[in-house]
Amino acid sequence: MQVEAFEGEEMILNMGPQHPSTHGVLRLELQTDGEVVQKITPHIGYLHRCFEKHAENVDYPGVIPYTDRMDYIASMNNSLGYALAVEKLMGIEVNDRVKALRVIVAELNRIASHLLSIGTYAMDIGAFTPFLHCFREREKILDLFEWTCGARLLYNYNWVGGLSHDIPEGFVDKTRQFMAEFEPVIAEQNELLSFNKIFIERTAGVGILGEELAISYNVTGPNLRGSGVSWDLRKADPYCGYETYDFNVPVGQGKFGPLGSCWDRYYVRVREMEESLKILRQALDRLPDGDVQEKVPKKVKPPKGEVYGRTETPRGELGYYIVSDGSPNPFRVKIKSPCFTALAVLPVISKGEMVADIIAVIGSIDIVMGELDR
Amino acid sequence: MKTAPEILQVLQAQFPEKILKSEMGVLDPWARVEAGSIVEVCSFMKSDLNLSFDTLACLSGVDFKGLKGETERLEVVYHLFSMKQRHKFVLKVELPRDNPSIGTVEGIWAIANWHEREAFDMFGIRFEGHSDLRRILCPDDWEGYPLRKDYEQPETYRGMPVRPVKQFVEMANEGLPVGTNPFKA
Amino acid sequence: MEALLKLLSDNVAGYGSLASPLQYLLPMVLASLCCIALVALFPIVAVYAERKVAAHMQDRLGPMRVGGWHGWAQTIADGIKLLLKEDIIPSEADRVLFKLAPLVVFAGGFASLVVLPFGASVIVSDLNIGVLYVVAISSLGVVGIIMAGWASNNKYALFGGMRAAAQIVSYEIPAVMAILTVVIPVGSLSTQEIVRAQEGGWLGIGNWFIFKPVTAVAFLVYYLASLAEVNRTPFDIPEAESELVAGYHTEYSGMRFAFFMLAEYVNMFVVSAIGATLFLGGWNSPVFGGPVAFMLKSVALVFVQFWLRWTLPRLRVDQLMYVSWKVLLPASFVLVILAGALAVR
Repeated sequence: MQVEAFEGEEMILNMGPQHPSTHGVLRLELQTDGEVVQKITPHIGYLHRCFEKHAENVDYPGVIPYTDRMDYIASMNNSLGYALAVEKLMGIEVNDRVKALRVIVAELNRIASHLLSIGTYAMDIGAFTPFLHCFREREKILDLFEWTCGARLLYNYNWVGGLSHDIPEGFVDKTRQFMAEFEPVIAEQNELLSFNKIFIERTAGVGILGEELAISYNVTGPNLRGSGVSWDLRKADPYCGYETYDFNVPVGQGKFGPLGSCWDRYYVRVREMEESLKILRQALDRLPDGDVQEKVPKKVKPPKGEVYGRTETPRGELGYYIVSDGSPNPFRVKIKSPCFTALAVLPVISKGEMVADIIAVIGSIDIVMGELDR
Repeated sequence: MKTAPEILQVLQAQFPEKILKSEMGVLDPWARVEAGSIVEVCSFMKSDLNLSFDTLACLSGVDFKGLKGETERLEVVYHLFSMKQRHKFVLKVELPRDNPSIGTVEGIWAIANWHEREAFDMFGIRFEGHSDLRRILCPDDWEGYPLRKDYEQPETYRGMPVRPVKQFVEMANEGLPVGTNPFKA
Repeated sequence: MEALLKLLSDNVAGYGSLASPLQYLLPMVLASLCCIALVALFPIVAVYAERKVAAHMQDRLGPMRVGGWHGWAQTIADGIKLLLKEDIIPSEADRVLFKLAPLVVFAGGFASLVVLPFGASVIVSDLNIGVLYVVAISSLGVVGIIMAGWASNNKYALFGGMRAAAQIVSYEIPAVMAILTVVIPVGSLSTQEIVRAQEGGWLGIGNWFIFKPVTAVAFLVYYLASLAEVNRTPFDIPEAESELVAGYHTEYSGMRFAFFMLAEYVNMFVVSAIGATLFLGGWNSPVFGGPVAFMLKSVALVFVQFWLRWTLPRLRVDQLMYVSWKVLLPASFVLVILAGALAVR
């Protein structure tokens, strides 16, 4: 924490950890020259809860609630990644109903997560109303989850080898009803926010993340796709039978300025919600019968070995590097967090921008501090 | 797109002395590289057109202590991935538990900067030539390396109790509510 | 005030026998009491209205509990809460400036009420330089804002204060230019004269300046500039909560904070009322004239401010300056020249 020597006209501005739009407890040290930011130093770790140490001290199923608490906006996707990694290590192949249900909850969760991201992004830019419209829709998804597994945020739903509960009766109809209500909201959101002149002026042309820079920083998910790279693990390295669904991977097109701007990243998320709806529709149509706990092992005790499992969460590639020593507790669990890599690139892409743009860039890379700090 | 044995072949051809061990029949095939030459191997793997590992998916430290049949050591594990070729490979490096030190790959993949800071923070592995080797998740003045297997949690940090206070543990064991209810003063 | 004096001396027995200074003092006190009542009541109503308007635009209900019917007492309760709150002054703050700033900001808005023509005879003082007075006195607020930003000894507050100063000073110019386009054809700076010039016409609204070619555009320029002067979205940059926490009033709490809020809403009313005076015919109306028509017009403009706030995102500092110096200012110059040409003809 040392203040570097700076010229007389510059000012150190400490943004966070308590600040309305650092999305949690991120702290940025900005070196500003008037409104222009010369240098950014992120300080993270304010939400560090020793996830990896905890994981070494509980058994394999016991880690799942902790994974929920990492990216608390998209818990379903986090526990899914962990469950898949452990299943891969143990060689468990789940039945089709579990696969389809996992896709359904993961995609619903993706929509919920993107809604939050888009809503808070609108608020960062100064538009309050879209935020509440997004939360209204998100609420419906949380209601569906609550109905399924009793929790609204931290679900503990994806178990190693299965799911904690089957869906309740009528879930499919309720989900279809939600989808019918939700689809027009995307168009409304586009009208209100995405194609608003002021919003475009504020976000297009700001925080340009080039393809090479993104790959060098291993930026993944919507942030990478915003830079025009068509890379989605659901297509590239399919799991849960994603290869059998028909959907597109939206990429940034640089419609209103250079490719890889904040607007591109934002709009990729909007379009991903449409794609998620497509996947949901197919999954609901095909939903096979079966027992969701058919393959849940009595005792989760993987053989000696290691695995790097990765899934596409709403924020990008979430990797679990699990080392097993053959005992009931994992020997080592390392999380490769997509937010971690996205934040690492922030100082590079927002150098020389204005203070207001920093907010726009932080919002557009969509970080969740719980996952970043673990 | 190359399979893991093919990648290993290329590596063995290029660095016959430096590949110490490899395993191909596992979920994620890996090769162990001599610690001193990791930077060399990595920069080859990035620049070679057939390999072109352009991104570092994950860099983890692992502390092998107290494990039967394994020598006590620290390992740094590099999960590499190529966006161009769409293949992956794992490199491992063995380090001593005392004074572990290894070259930085920050100049090859920019993201390694933060990953290495984390490995330094959690395991105390020094990355030589790193531009900004500070703790990243723990406070700057934290003592010890938390993810080492023999890590002892301190009693206090700057005078604040870090561990659960004994009296609270006893209360919790007796089933009494721990903490205060703000609505019942 | 003259009308009030006449009213008193006509109806109160023995008023003329009072000492001469007292005869003048009494209407003054009464008029300022009326203004204070307006200043105190308008924000209470407006804050409640804004919350309700915002809520219904956002598919929710807004305050519903306090006071029973649709939470009508919510802002009163909030006001009492602010009065009772601890008054915190940061230890490193410049105490004198810190305490003075809210009063200066408030005084700027309050003093503008003097020349607002609520009705044909309902005006505190019909100054012959009324419009000039308003322009001058409303700039006082900027001084207060800079004082607040500086005195707080907080970097965010300083940012907010600097942004506010730059913004308000730049937008004052197009606003004044737009006002000039009305002053030129009327040939007077008195607000009452300007309102009288808009009497009559087609359907009783034909002479309003908003329905005349040059001044119609000037109205748009004026309205945009006035939004910026009172820091409303899309120009709410000085207090941009997502960037600067709360801008220049970050460190204020309790009643001092309430003063900033009061000033903000009073200023919103003042710029709308001036807009109504200059462009919408003031108290003229084809159906019923007087204070009611004037208030309705002003409140309608305030409503538009709400509407914009809950719809639009916020501009960035450089974009804001661009709008002012490169769009509004040249446009308003052209308008003044056109207005001059029309007047000469």
